[in-house]
Amino acid sequence: MSDKPKVAFYWCASCGGCEEAIVDLAEQLLDVAAAVEIVFWPVAVDGKRSDIEAMEDGEILATFINGAIRTTEQEEMVHLLRQKSQVLLAFGSCAHLGGIPGLANQFDRETILETVFDSTPSTVNPEKVRPQLEFTENGHSVDLPGFYETVRTLDQVTEVDYIVPGCAPTPNIIGGAVGALLSGDDLPPAGTVLAPDTALCDECGRKETKPEVVAISEWKRPHEVLIDEDLCLLAQGLVCLGPATRAGCGSLCIGANMPCSGCFGPTSRVRDYGGKALGAIASLVDSDDEAEIDKILAGIPDPVGTFYRYSLPASRLRRAPMERPLEVAAPKGE
Amino acid sequence: MTEANLSAGNGNGSPRIGVYVCHCGTNISATIDVVAARDVAENLPGVVLSREYKYMCSDPGQEIIKDDIRELGLDRIVVASCSPCLHEETFRNAIADGGLNPYFFQMVNIREHASWVHKDIKAATAKANDLIRAAVRRVRFHRPLEARRVPIDPRVLVVGGGIAGIHSALTLADAGKKVYLVEREPSIGGHMAMFDKTFPTLDCAACILTPKMTQVRAHPNIEVMTMSEVVEIDGFVGNYRAKIKHKPRYILEDACVGCLECIDVCVFRNGKTPDEFNLGLSKRKPIYIPFPQAVPQVVLIDPEGCIEFRTGRCKKTCVEVCAERNAIDFTQEETFSEVEIGSVIISTGFKAFDARRLPQYGYGRLDPVYTALEVERLVNASGPTEGEIVLRDGSKPKKVGIIHCIGSRDKNTNVHCSRVCCMYSLKLAHLVKEKTDAEIYEFFIDMRTGGKGFEEFMLRVKEEGVTMIRGKVAEVYPEAGNTGRVVLQAEDTFLGMVRKIPVDMVILATGIEPQADAEDVRRTFNISCSTGGFFTERHPKLAPVSTFTDGVFLAGACQAPKDIPDTVAQAGAAAAEALALIDAGHIELEPNTAFVVEEECSGCKTCVGLCPFSAIGYDEGKASINEVLCKGCGTCVAACPSGSIRQNLFEDEEIFEEIVGVMANV
Repeated sequence: MSDKPKVAFYWCASCGGCEEAIVDLAEQLLDVAAAVEIVFWPVAVDGKRSDIEAMEDGEILATFINGAIRTTEQEEMVHLLRQKSQVLLAFGSCAHLGGIPGLANQFDRETILETVFDSTPSTVNPEKVRPQLEFTENGHSVDLPGFYETVRTLDQVTEVDYIVPGCAPTPNIIGGAVGALLSGDDLPPAGTVLAPDTALCDECGRKETKPEVVAISEWKRPHEVLIDEDLCLLAQGLVCLGPATRAGCGSLCIGANMPCSGCFGPTSRVRDYGGKALGAIASLVDSDDEAEIDKILAGIPDPVGTFYRYSLPASRLRRAPMERPLEVAAPKGE
Repeated sequence: MTEANLSAGNGNGSPRIGVYVCHCGTNISATIDVVAARDVAENLPGVVLSREYKYMCSDPGQEIIKDDIRELGLDRIVVASCSPCLHEETFRNAIADGGLNPYFFQMVNIREHASWVHKDIKAATAKANDLIRAAVRRVRFHRPLEARRVPIDPRVLVVGGGIAGIHSALTLADAGKKVYLVEREPSIGGHMAMFDKTFPTLDCAACILTPKMTQVRAHPNIEVMTMSEVVEIDGFVGNYRAKIKHKPRYILEDACVGCLECIDVCVFRNGKTPDEFNLGLSKRKPIYIPFPQAVPQVVLIDPEGCIEFRTGRCKKTCVEVCAERNAIDFTQEETFSEVEIGSVIISTGFKAFDARRLPQYGYGRLDPVYTALEVERLVNASGPTEGEIVLRDGSKPKKVGIIHCIGSRDKNTNVHCSRVCCMYSLKLAHLVKEKTDAEIYEFFIDMRTGGKGFEEFMLRVKEEGVTMIRGKVAEVYPEAGNTGRVVLQAEDTFLGMVRKIPVDMVILATGIEPQADAEDVRRTFNISCSTGGFFTERHPKLAPVSTFTDGVFLAGACQAPKDIPDTVAQAGAAAAEALALIDAGHIELEPNTAFVVEEECSGCKTCVGLCPFSAIGYDEGKASINEVLCKGCGTCVAACPSGSIRQNLFEDEEIFEEIVGVMANV
């Protein structure tokens, strides 16, 4: 056994982009790999759940968990990893705020399963087969994890020490987080997001081009206009969420001439990212007339998907109202 | 702040909280179980002591708090009693006396918000408990603050130049304060200038009013702006700025000496336009002066009647006669000016009820029917008939009926009593009788003569032979046979029979209503109106000339119908309130300002354009708030997308703790 600090990675409800982000560290990854022992990383390293179960509590220095919590298996795994780790990090927007999978909280489980297994045009499922929690044939049984009604953030399931924000976290942010952990000194208080605590405008190259008063009579979507590469995107009528979004990404999207969509989430002082983002955008609408305001705001299709794109489960709303939001039932089947 | 450490003990350090539940006599204790509320409060986290007491606002009540602070080392105080509007300051002062920062205090309104609006004792007590819990949770996060001191601009704006505005303006000016008196009509004087005599003493209105009007004009401390209206006001108590619109008079006010020669030589030999001041009972020329004693003594031109305005081809005899004075200027346009003042007195007066709204009385349809205000002009020596009572057909009336309560005390028009109509009707009865010796019938519902010398005056008029009939006139209709007379039909409730009395003249005692644009004025000055549309005083008994906007005071009939003595008394009171404010030299403002936490601000500028008071600037990549201009509205605090603007007394923790507290049992 090496005496290098042990590190684990785990993947919950997410797209896999966060795993890519680690690979994106490029040659930096080699330094990290040299400095630590990766004891668990299902996507890249061979290892079994039983290996973790066999470890002492706190044996792992740090576990990076990406993805939101959607299934019973994910919940079990994060509890296990929590127990075995000194430091647990929420890695990426989904673990941090619920992320894109968290938008499922607009619906209930049945609606989601129905869509996925029955009603999309590409689905052919005449027998209406649905996944089962357990299936037995010839005395052999297999099981599948249960599927919760509600998507949760990592810190709604277990105690989280630090958060590495972003969809996906950018190399500078990951590098900073890993560096801080390995050096072990000057660690911020638990619960801290490992990124600057101001909004993105602070580091945006276009900041000084924003007029003191922006008045929008028509919102534009990026594919509808030729975007000026120097001028503040809000001033061009694009929904840029930089004012509400934590800095630290190096304004990568804006550098690529695309507005900020808010993946770093809010600053520590904001309790509902979407509410603040919506307020910032709505306050730019140039009208006092209710009907006209409605018309202008209709230029933002899918407001939940725009303002709560990464943060619906972490928001004050959390999800669309329902009676038993945390029920785990066997998905319906024949 | 997570839920876990919210419930753990006292949160923000270990504050020692004292909770005081007031009975308010029985105002609270009749509907809320104050002992139970005290017991519940006692067990809340951080609460060291909880008491209930009959009157917390009384001296002994305040002493209890002071003693507890000293003896038990309390460092947060919650008082559950009435509205903070009433006693927040009382308790803050008591707490400061006790040696604590006065902002370590939260007041809970369990009177207006609970006991007065509920009947069920159990439910009302539960609500009081929720509200107290919210305050206890909140007060833990209070920080020591200091009231802001702002100097008071000693200048005063008086809006409306009737007797109320005139009296306020003179009182203030005599005390050495600069006054801007804004009047929308061409002359100051208001309704009082239209009257002949005043009740009950029958002294001549002009004799007592016109000297005051000329004093206003001559006073070095008063700047009169006629044909002007306040269109916008911003700022706050002690530091207001008003934008004033000046309508064109087409006369250079400083050049006109009031010789009135231009009126004589106007190409119109006779007036063609109904004279507004005489309520259309006479005609005036397009160049005119509203009435002989007008102040300023300056003519004006009505562009709708003037040939030069209509065709551009007038001989302009007025300009000729004005000669080198050259006071006529056809090119004048609307202008705007701004004044800075520290306080405002609103004395915009009233509107007489439009008698056409009650067609059964025939006003505007039957020639013999007049409104009281028209008769005021008829009996006035400088009125359209030089004081002769002559009917529209040229005859003198021999029988006159006066109908009280037109547009007052009537659920179809106005429910309120206009207070002055009984008395002015008696006055008109006396004057008409004196001038014509006509038989006079007064139809009244109740004779309201509550005032100094009022009852005596009524008895005198009765003795003069005026017939008093108690009963509401149902209808006024032409007498059969084309006599030109009309018949008043009413039930005489003394005799218990219907009477039909033919008369030559009917006088409708029209009531007092708010000005047609009272709602605009209300909005401009950010004050409130009661249901009838009259402006609301801060407290009906204890702050009768103040409003809920600090530094804005009320005088006269804009607040409620009142007679001249009451109006003048109120105008004096309003002036005294303004003087008290001015002489204090400064005012302490609630330290509820917003501030930008500079190192947190990203400079996104979202707040800059949103501030209704232009208090936010942007400099070197950061926003900053001018504390003097900030009114604490909270717009920027709510809007700041990165949560970098905070507001004293309304910190996020304080608000969220309050919500958690109030929702604890949900």
